[in-house]
Amino acid sequence: MKHMSRHSILTGLVSLLASVSIYAAGGAHLEPSGVNIKDMAALQRGAGVFVNYCLSCHSASYMRYNRLSEDLGLSEEVVMENLVFAETKLGNTMEIAMTDEDSERWFGKTPPDLSLVGRSRGPDWLYAYMRSFYQDEKGGWNNLFLPNTAMPHALWELQGIQTIKADGDHAADSHAAGTVIQLELTSAGKLSPEQYDSTVRDLVTFLDYLGEPAKLKRKKIGVWVILFLAVFTFLTYLLKAEYWRDVH
Amino acid sequence: MSSDGVNKERRRFLIATTSVVGAVGAGFASVPFIKSWTPSAKARSVGGPVEVNIGKLDYGQLLKVQWRGQTIGILRRTPQMLEDLNEVVEKLRDPDSEDSEQPLYANNANRAIRPEFLVVNMHCTHLGCVPQIIPQVGPQPYDETWMGGFYCPCHKSKFDMAGRVYKAVPAPTNLRIPPYSFLDDQTLILGVNPEGAI
Amino acid sequence: MGKPASSLARQAVGFMTWIDKRLPVTAFWNEHLAKYYAPKNFNFWYYMGSLALFALVVQFVTGILLTMHYKPSAAEAFASVEYIMRDVDWGWLIRYMHSSGASFFFIFIYLHMFRSILYGSHRKPRELLWVFGMVIYLLLMAEAFFGYILPWGQMSYWGAQVIINLFGAIPKIGEPLTEWIRGDYFISDATLNRFFALHVIAVPIALLGLVVLHLAALHETGSNNPDGIEIKETIGEDGIPLDGIPFHPYYTVKDIFGVSVFMTIFAFVIFFWPEAGGLFLEPDNFVPANPLVTPEHIKPVWYFTPYYAILKAVPDKLMGVILMGLSVMVLFFLPWLDRSPVKSIRYKGAWYKILVFTFAIAFVRLGMLGMAEGTPAQTIEMRIWTFVYFSFFILLFFLSKGSKNKPVPKRVTH
Repeated sequence: MKHMSRHSILTGLVSLLASVSIYAAGGAHLEPSGVNIKDMAALQRGAGVFVNYCLSCHSASYMRYNRLSEDLGLSEEVVMENLVFAETKLGNTMEIAMTDEDSERWFGKTPPDLSLVGRSRGPDWLYAYMRSFYQDEKGGWNNLFLPNTAMPHALWELQGIQTIKADGDHAADSHAAGTVIQLELTSAGKLSPEQYDSTVRDLVTFLDYLGEPAKLKRKKIGVWVILFLAVFTFLTYLLKAEYWRDVH
Repeated sequence: MSSDGVNKERRRFLIATTSVVGAVGAGFASVPFIKSWTPSAKARSVGGPVEVNIGKLDYGQLLKVQWRGQTIGILRRTPQMLEDLNEVVEKLRDPDSEDSEQPLYANNANRAIRPEFLVVNMHCTHLGCVPQIIPQVGPQPYDETWMGGFYCPCHKSKFDMAGRVYKAVPAPTNLRIPPYSFLDDQTLILGVNPEGAI
Repeated sequence: MGKPASSLARQAVGFMTWIDKRLPVTAFWNEHLAKYYAPKNFNFWYYMGSLALFALVVQFVTGILLTMHYKPSAAEAFASVEYIMRDVDWGWLIRYMHSSGASFFFIFIYLHMFRSILYGSHRKPRELLWVFGMVIYLLLMAEAFFGYILPWGQMSYWGAQVIINLFGAIPKIGEPLTEWIRGDYFISDATLNRFFALHVIAVPIALLGLVVLHLAALHETGSNNPDGIEIKETIGEDGIPLDGIPFHPYYTVKDIFGVSVFMTIFAFVIFFWPEAGGLFLEPDNFVPANPLVTPEHIKPVWYFTPYYAILKAVPDKLMGVILMGLSVMVLFFLPWLDRSPVKSIRYKGAWYKILVFTFAIAFVRLGMLGMAEGTPAQTIEMRIWTFVYFSFFILLFFLSKGSKNKPVPKRVTH
């Protein structure tokens, strides 16, 4: 790195600063994830991230592959080529190859199915969670939002490695309520912090959709239903007022 | 309470308009409820197309495959068997398959895309039993001049080697032909029509 | 009316005559709709009864459709709900209608009951009407409780665990009783299956029967009204109350408007806000039931939380259960607690306005506290409002007799 320009040093410093995340221990305050499931491109990218990084351990067994084609604006061929692996048929649900016994053996517990995690945890929590993995003193993976989780940082190659920012004021493993813990990126990944955040946002957008695929459709239909009902209500009002002229 | 003519007109108009709009709304509203009875995505997935490898099928051999809860038979016919189809025409109720159910592309004399392979729904059109395949030519207890075909033990219906039903048996129509097409020489797929087929 | 002119009209009359000789359809129509006279001064609060009936119909229709796809076993229940949400065509809509419909049902019922407190609709001669209504309320709470376990999520399981364990507080019979309710030593498939039967068959039939009784009792006495006066006391020459109007067409047309307004609001919730911020569908219930993991915060659905707060306010388990039960049962006695000669809040003294207002605040505040974690400060507040809640009934009894009232008019006002 002999010929680093001042510009790239500055960029590197700024991105390091940006990577310092501030969370209250216990995750009480969540910054908004900025997830927008109407963003079709984000959904498609997020589907790719999910299938490539998550589906090896986490099933999404309430979701069928062919629905990805219907909802994400992807042709069936594209879905089969990029999102469906092995002998699976398009109409199948998104299962994993790992058996429960194997996962108990390797991870200590079965990785939970993620079909509904978008609804039970919410996008903001998921967005924070996927950005809060760090390597703790024991050298293993840990997470500010699920202390001592059995889950390794599946996206570590993209994000890099974070550790708890050493601070003279309080002990490194202090998780007391109200203590602010900061993480810093000590080893860079393939993506810059902004790119990683964007990738996580795409993934969480997909998880939001995964939790309730009908969400996009229901809002569209809802507009028409309410318009119709507004008209109908107005008519019933006129009818009621007309009859009630009689009553004094 | 006043009841002069003007009021009545407006009342009738409002009742009519509200009723019509309401009926339209009720119609739209009933669609989701009625549609919820249609086969779900799960049923559509399970009832999806089935690929069948016919590479190892011998002449005169019948391969049985499940598709949408139905037993589908794939029968490999010899040229002799195909010729014999002309011999039995007088015995048949509907030799030209006018009343029976098959896709347009199988509405020919031998009721198949490739004459060699009969793809047929094995459920007797009488009450649904699965008939036996008796391909050999020769006298049978139920037919002195049997030219090969299907014999249903339940109520003694008889079908020829193209699944066409005999006269004077309980079954009313020929065995049904399901939608199918060939993916290549060795593979056919049940449930998918050939490209461009109606 | 004049003689029917067209032959179609003549045929219709002939057909109805044939029917009427065998089943009193026209007589029923007249007695309960076209010639049933209701006070003409019904206001906003008087929409709630018909809206509750509409909600009941919605729950029946959507419930029946859900039952066609739902699987009432511990192994399959959760997955079957997701099957409805994803694989069944329009299943998500039917599910949201049912889950939101339940909450709206309770909104209507609470407003419906509150109307009664405002205008004295539970007073003589309508005590039995109120009692039937209270039984409907109890059945509705049971129906909601049994229904909530069916998705078999974390909140379904643990909410049922907590509530059934309350019965364990009863001395001597508590433990065998909870085992009997569960049908097992812990909440399991056996519990789910029997709650399903109760939710789908037993309680709905009972509800239907009680709604019929409720309406029959109402029609026997006639409706009350915001002025709390009996319209039957001022009858015209034709035998019709001067302040009465036939239910049909005036209130049928008004109720249709009410239903339409409700449907618009209902549509907004179903299509844009089905979870209602976690009030109608709780996030924890999107996690399958796990007997080994207790959710951080177990709470019942919002319509139970006022009583849950009263339960939590009491430090002793058995006393908490008793007081919670009492807080519901005391409502049965409302017709006899109010001894004022005047029915409606409009003509009672200021004391009643203060009591009712404070009671309403207490109920709402208890509801909010019932949803909260239960910090020491909140616990103190719950105790205060519990005290206020019961004070309402006690003070009502003592202050109502001999209270000063405004003169009650003979005819209704608007």
